[in-house]
Amino acid sequence: MKLSRLLPVGLFGVLVIFLAIGLTRDPSVIPTEMIDREMPTFELSELRDEAVTVSQDDLVGEVTLVNVFGSWCVACLQEHPTLMELSRDNTVRIVGINWRDDREDALAWLMKHGDPYEAIVFDAESELVIKIGVTGAPETFVLDPSGRIRYKQIGPITPEVWTKTIRPVIDAMESESVS
Amino acid sequence: MRALIVLLMAALWSVTIAVAQDGSAESPEEVDARTEAISKTLRCVVCQNQSIYDSNAPLAEDMRNLVRKRVEAGDTNDEAREYLRERYGDYVLMSPPLQMNTILLWTGPIFLVLIGLIWFLARLRSGQALPDRAGLSEADKARVAEVLSETPSAK
Repeated sequence: MKLSRLLPVGLFGVLVIFLAIGLTRDPSVIPTEMIDREMPTFELSELRDEAVTVSQDDLVGEVTLVNVFGSWCVACLQEHPTLMELSRDNTVRIVGINWRDDREDALAWLMKHGDPYEAIVFDAESELVIKIGVTGAPETFVLDPSGRIRYKQIGPITPEVWTKTIRPVIDAMESESVS
Repeated sequence: MRALIVLLMAALWSVTIAVAQDGSAESPEEVDARTEAISKTLRCVVCQNQSIYDSNAPLAEDMRNLVRKRVEAGDTNDEAREYLRERYGDYVLMSPPLQMNTILLWTGPIFLVLIGLIWFLARLRSGQALPDRAGLSEADKARVAEVLSETPSAK
């Protein structure tokens, strides 16, 4: 008898637990499916020189950051100084995916804010972007030397994100390749 | 007369079959219709609660174009959906598939209804005796009977 009295309280408790988990999650963060998968094959033109094609083969050999950006993307400006600094110090190779942009606009944007990219894939129709499951810009993939995707950063790389999240991922990769 | 009608209908029937078999490559209308049907079952990853068919987001537009290309290339509806699911996960499907991590979601409501039904029937069968409404003692009842019996004409 007493036990059945407690039943509603118990059910309420279960409900509270479910809601506490469900309502505190950020619905805009979609878990990525691409971790530990090979970079898909693609063949797209280079932003700065239409005659040059860039493919997945250009992303192997060393650790690479693949950064999705566009001149229309406001949050990209926020991470741009960090990327510039990384490229100045030669910390890591950075390849850009210029997403849904206009060539002229993108080049003007890079002229104005600096160009940290070793190569830039021009992806006006989201071809590569959909292949790697991008949901918005900026997004950055960390590739290991074999071209496998090891991490995905959603949102801008601030100095804090770099030191606390991405740097450790790269360090871990480098130590595993040594052993 | 009747035989003639039957014959005519049979002839018409065979003609429609022939036409249907002839159109093995999909017409633009069919591609449109299938693209639309698939797009309605895929979720826009930018706007969350819209399908890519309803959404005006640029990425949704590109996804619709991609679905169209896959349909034109001969993908079945499921294959086209699978292409995007591989990249964006189950999230991209408007209705969650029935699998291990969604089993509770799909069967939960049925269980709840069953539990409620069992509880209801159990209570019904146990037929809990209702308490004596006014809680009258034997003496009270006797008095009531007495009063009622002796005043039929007092009205």
